[in-house]
Amino acid sequence: MAIYIEEEKCTGCGLCVASCPYGAIEIVESKARFTDDCTMCGACVSACPQGAIVLEMPRKGEVDTSQYRDLWVVAETTPEGDLAGVTIELLGEGRKLADELDAQVALVLMGDEVGELAEKAGGFGADTVYLVSHPSLKQYRTGPYADVLCGLINKHKPEIVLFGATSMGRDLAPRVAARIKAGLTADCTELSVDPETRLLHQTRPAFGGNIMATILCEYTRPQMATVRPRVMDRAQWQEGREADIVEVPVDIDERSVATKIVEVIADEGAGAVNLQDAEIIVSGGRGLGAPEHFALIQELADTLGATVGASRATVDAGWIPAYHQVGQTGKTVKPKLYIACGISGAVQHLAGMSSSDCIVAINKDPDAPIFKVAHYGIVGDLFEVVPELISAINERRGQ
Amino acid sequence: MDFAFTEDQELIFEAVRELCDEELKPKADEVDRAGEYPWDSVRQIAEMDLFGIPVPEEYGGLGMDVLTWAVVGELLSTGCTTTGAVYGAHMLAVYPILEFGTDEQKEKYLPPLATGEKIGAFGLTEPGAGSDAGAVSTRAELVGDHYVLNGTKIFISNGGDAETYVVIANLHPEKGTRGLCAFILEKGMEGFSFGKNEEKMAFHSLSNRELVFEDAQVPKENLLHREGRGFRVAMTTLALGRIGMAIGAVGLAQAAFDAAIEYSQVREQFGQKISEFEAIQFMLADMATEIEMARLMSYKAAWLKDQGGDFEKTAAMAKVYASEMCSRVTSKAVQIHGGYGYTTDYPVERYMREAKLFEIVEGTSEIQRLVIANRLLRENRLS
Amino acid sequence: MNVIVCMKQVPDTSEVRIDPETNTIVREGVPSIINPFDENAIEAAVQLVEEHGGKVTVITMGPPQAEQALREALAMGADEAILLSDRALAASDTLATSYVLSCAIRRIGDYDLILCGKQAFDGDTAQVPPGIAEQLGLPQITYVIGLEVVGDKVRARRLLEGRYEVVEARMPAVLTADKHMNEPRRPGLKSVLAAKKKEIPVWDAAGCDIQVSSCGLEGSPTRVIRTFAPSHEHEGEMIEGDPRDAACQLVEKLAAAKLV
Repeated sequence: MAIYIEEEKCTGCGLCVASCPYGAIEIVESKARFTDDCTMCGACVSACPQGAIVLEMPRKGEVDTSQYRDLWVVAETTPEGDLAGVTIELLGEGRKLADELDAQVALVLMGDEVGELAEKAGGFGADTVYLVSHPSLKQYRTGPYADVLCGLINKHKPEIVLFGATSMGRDLAPRVAARIKAGLTADCTELSVDPETRLLHQTRPAFGGNIMATILCEYTRPQMATVRPRVMDRAQWQEGREADIVEVPVDIDERSVATKIVEVIADEGAGAVNLQDAEIIVSGGRGLGAPEHFALIQELADTLGATVGASRATVDAGWIPAYHQVGQTGKTVKPKLYIACGISGAVQHLAGMSSSDCIVAINKDPDAPIFKVAHYGIVGDLFEVVPELISAINERRGQ
Repeated sequence: MDFAFTEDQELIFEAVRELCDEELKPKADEVDRAGEYPWDSVRQIAEMDLFGIPVPEEYGGLGMDVLTWAVVGELLSTGCTTTGAVYGAHMLAVYPILEFGTDEQKEKYLPPLATGEKIGAFGLTEPGAGSDAGAVSTRAELVGDHYVLNGTKIFISNGGDAETYVVIANLHPEKGTRGLCAFILEKGMEGFSFGKNEEKMAFHSLSNRELVFEDAQVPKENLLHREGRGFRVAMTTLALGRIGMAIGAVGLAQAAFDAAIEYSQVREQFGQKISEFEAIQFMLADMATEIEMARLMSYKAAWLKDQGGDFEKTAAMAKVYASEMCSRVTSKAVQIHGGYGYTTDYPVERYMREAKLFEIVEGTSEIQRLVIANRLLRENRLS
Repeated sequence: MNVIVCMKQVPDTSEVRIDPETNTIVREGVPSIINPFDENAIEAAVQLVEEHGGKVTVITMGPPQAEQALREALAMGADEAILLSDRALAASDTLATSYVLSCAIRRIGDYDLILCGKQAFDGDTAQVPPGIAEQLGLPQITYVIGLEVVGDKVRARRLLEGRYEVVEARMPAVLTADKHMNEPRRPGLKSVLAAKKKEIPVWDAAGCDIQVSSCGLEGSPTRVIRTFAPSHEHEGEMIEGDPRDAACQLVEKLAAAKLV
């Protein structure tokens, strides 16, 4: 790994100085020069209009993997300023993996005035927190986050780096991986390590979920992965546990940041029915008896954060608009959870939902075909079962 | 003999298949139920340039042959019978202008018909002139530089929604069919209005309106072909229309077959898929065989037309066979679906109702047989 | 305004099957399509050029048959198409692919924007576009649902979890299109037939100054060691009891499976 300036190209313009988040470049006699603070983050490479700066990362096969130790989690924060759920999940999963490798877990926390969260991270199992606080890091932006993170990785050499497979993680991780020439696996749903080889086994769905693939990065470091939210277990809170907080001073010149966030708008239109992307769908069928009873389906859906689906019969009867329809002639869906209420399971309906990960059927008729594809079936009156289901979920939440 | 399509044709058919699978088929039921002219689907096929397939490039079309036009019609009919019918009826205005129009008429009327900006329709049938097409009683009179039309047409497909009409009227009733003339009319011409839209057993969204002429003023230059040649224009148009009807029936039958063979492999009775029963298998085999036969006859009629040959008899054979085949096949498709097939949950009951249309319009089965027999006796006359 | 669209031909995943013997994807008979998000990118590019003038160049890395996808893009309104095809590029992972595409984009040279679909339908990784942006040293804006070009800047609306973000970047920049960005046009047959006649140059690795050690297997840090069919088939279970009891049992089971 090396970074150098091709002096004959350098004009001493100083743009690299402004771009360096670690304040590690100075202009001496009209030429740029790195100081000892350089982390080889590479921010200056794309800032240089002359292309005079070269970051050389070792190629596959040239990496001394033994130099790399520890597992890192890149933190994400919520708009309200708390640690994101996926970060706590990654701390939980990371702890398990690190223990098998006899390694430490570090959290990289970038933001503005997020010191409180750094302390919290200790309680969720982080051994170390690299705390990077700067006004320019208040909201996630690819450029400064990637620069800071690349510098930290190149300096401290973690063995594994995990990100949430969120809009942030999926934007940041590939940018970082491309700069440091590391292997990256997207959207993992299962992780494990082999303590002998110290390789991270990264398993993810592909081809629309038709197949699972297990992927290794054998010769490059760190081994990087984005991990799907709500798959891993959250870390247990340990009262009184503290992490070693390492404050990383950075100096970001806002003028050198390539993107500006002009506006952030909360998505009011989230009510738009998007069956195909829905993780949970609650569907109603003819068993509802009347259009107004869809309110019950809506209530269960609201309780679960689900989207409302419908059988063809109810759509044809004009009980609910056609964009709710699931089935051969409606939408084909594959949510994680599909709850069919009062749907008998006509072939045409089954064709649109039978590959859902988990299917729950509630129907009066024990012979209804829907029970053949259901993972869990309840024979009963939906007007009795569904309200009980809503209160059982609420009670469990309340615990 | 070569049954292969050209690369261009394959590209076109593939694009149309995609349109049908992704757009037309999913909403076909809805389109029928709406009871309103399917403007959405019509716009979609217009944007894909489908209305311009048989129109020469100089008039804004694709310059493809009748066979290409026919296969596209078949595919559309498989996707959405109503849209297929609009496409077929449109050609009944395009084709006579193409065949008999003057350069001025072609330049004026074909480009908007080719892009689908304007829809076309053909007006021949009257309350008293159905199978007996020669009995047209709509009158035309030449007054100054206008023909003045009086009378009523009925059942006109695309009627009221179309902008451009080819209408048959009689200038010299005393001369019988030799008095007939063909005219190009535009929606909005003085004295030209629309009457009742028929309520039908199927095709609820296809308009079949009355055309009403009350001293309708048709400029002299809108005479198509020559005075007294209207019967020839009508017969030539109907001959092509038979190919359209035949292929529409093939498309519809194919849709019914597709539904049936899929259902037979999903539906279980007595612990097995019903497709494992020989009774069902035989039905499926007969359906596919008959569809293939009708398809080949229809393609041959179109091919003959493209070769410049006499296609009238072949077209009539294709039409009568395909339409009657379609009724048999759609009925079997309902049978295979059992009780579900009789419900409106599945499209096959609609297919069965729609099929009947093909045995009636553009010459009933009986008229087709007369046309065929007439030809046969002429060809085999004992000297 | 010159726009480059990076696109990929993918198997239609809705028709993909798994061979239960070998646990591998059965590709035979599965139709190839333009990655749907790439269609949004093509549409956006064509609209930009319709508004501002310039040209749209589509590029894909793939086997010779990927030419078909390029022709579809031409029919949708792209002006030029380039097929990047070389045996040396086979088996490239996302890092290697982004390297290869960035080399080809350098060869094209004159561009204001690079548009990509937000992710490919087969791999779903979303890793190539940021990789391209990094290797070209350009800003990136992912998950875009709307954009406008004002002067030398592009302003884009991003769809994130539960919120929109409006971001501005100087051009050139790399943007990735979400499906909500637009409704890709269905090309008319005239365009389809015209696209069939266009020349599509085929570029190889050497022509784009691609280091063979940085692409293909050798240039790919990741390696797939195993594929298997996901097991979501299990015997259904009937939950007995009165409504209250059954509901509670069900919630327990769903909670255990992390579904509620």
